Amino acid sequence: MMSPVLPPIGMLAELTHRCPLQCAYCSNPVELLKANREMDTAGWLALFDQAADLGVLQVHLSGGEPTLRTDLAELVAGLAKRGVYTNLITAGVGIAEGRIEALADAGLDHIQLSFQGAFAATTEKIGNARGAHEKKLETARRVRAAGLPLTINAPIHRHNMEEVPDFIDLALELGAERLEIANVQYAGWALVNRKVLMPEREAVERQVQIVEEAQERLRGIMTIDFVTPDYFAVYPKPCMGGWARDAFMVAPDGTVLPCHAAASIKSLHFERFGAWSLSRIWHESPAFNAFRGTDWMQEPCRSCERQEIDWGGCRCQAMAIAGDAAATDPACIKSPLHARMAALIDEAVTAKSPDAASDGFIYRRIGKTAGPVA
Amino acid sequence: MTATVRSRAIVSMQSRPVLQRHVRLQYDGVREAWALLSPEKIFWPNEVSLDILRLCNGRHNVAQMIALLADQYAAEQEEIAPDISAFLQEWSDKFLVSL
Repeated sequence: MMSPVLPPIGMLAELTHRCPLQCAYCSNPVELLKANREMDTAGWLALFDQAADLGVLQVHLSGGEPTLRTDLAELVAGLAKRGVYTNLITAGVGIAEGRIEALADAGLDHIQLSFQGAFAATTEKIGNARGAHEKKLETARRVRAAGLPLTINAPIHRHNMEEVPDFIDLALELGAERLEIANVQYAGWALVNRKVLMPEREAVERQVQIVEEAQERLRGIMTIDFVTPDYFAVYPKPCMGGWARDAFMVAPDGTVLPCHAAASIKSLHFERFGAWSLSRIWHESPAFNAFRGTDWMQEPCRSCERQEIDWGGCRCQAMAIAGDAAATDPACIKSPLHARMAALIDEAVTAKSPDAASDGFIYRRIGKTAGPVA
Repeated sequence: MTATVRSRAIVSMQSRPVLQRHVRLQYDGVREAWALLSPEKIFWPNEVSLDILRLCNGRHNVAQMIALLADQYAAEQEEIAPDISAFLQEWSDKFLVSL
């Protein structure tokens, strides 16, 4: 039986796809939207109002680079007025003087700042942006000076995984409350670049140990959250806490999706805010109802005792690897395609890129369409 | 930049707990419940937790908190003190309460 639809708790707002960095693991879709497709200030404010009415308590303001929106402080103020917790997810490059203070004044609750490397050379290479590291350090200082709480976010993959101990030191030095070490998820641009990003099994195991040791050592000093790598997993993650269960995301043009990679499921159509109200999308959108609850599940999920723990895992990963968005996430050991994950790791690790200059990255760019994934 | 020396806070009777600046205790009218909002997680404290968290405002030390809660629940201070200290230590370790 279909369980009742509960109100959403969280929302990821991708305010823009524009970004000064070109990370090859970007979670944005491969077809990036230009500035002229972005929803205007009034549109976002109306959406935020409806989100608060619907029960959203937490909004992650992301992108692209959200500080490229000149109306960001106004958007933050709109959310703060409604008591919604605001988290700014920024690359911290090119933020004008006084801007962070203005965001704090507008009621911003928290800033999450990404570092592509623990050292300047790594950050520059991965983001393909010169001087990015120093700018990020400066942003971290300004965040602290503005009295805002800080999370350092370190997306990890083959090219920076050995820097995990240095990321921990860096986050401590910057006075962060929290460090998020996140293994890259293979969706969007990361899927295009999977072969060059995939780490070796031994490296993953080593980093898991380092992180676990640091979590223990730094208990009560700094929180370290660790996003485990799906390809090395035994059971899948409850992606988004379950499809359309308590969170959703909004693309720069106002399209509302159950997760940031959902557009990769071509059989689904996603409504835009404005054409439909947010409440109608949340409750009635066929795309939101497609994988809600457990009724849609096939075997082995259908009879699995973990079905309400992981909700079948990630639909986009099922699409990418099983070719069927309703299949069990192949990250699960019970999936008939689980061995494909290990094969993809081996394939990537043995086919290391010979191009030393760029490490073979296909950098994220607006207007550039990457080739299909083999 | 110089690294600030940071160490784990240990709860004592003199600690003056206060919610960390990145968390906020707020009533949610949609779900008719109190929520503790933090960057990635939302906690739904039960009645007892809520009464403790409400006293984490920097105005009371732990000894005073215990006295107030013992009064409120008509309980012996010695009886509830270990649970309250353990709660505060756990929430400090989770970086939700500062001691």
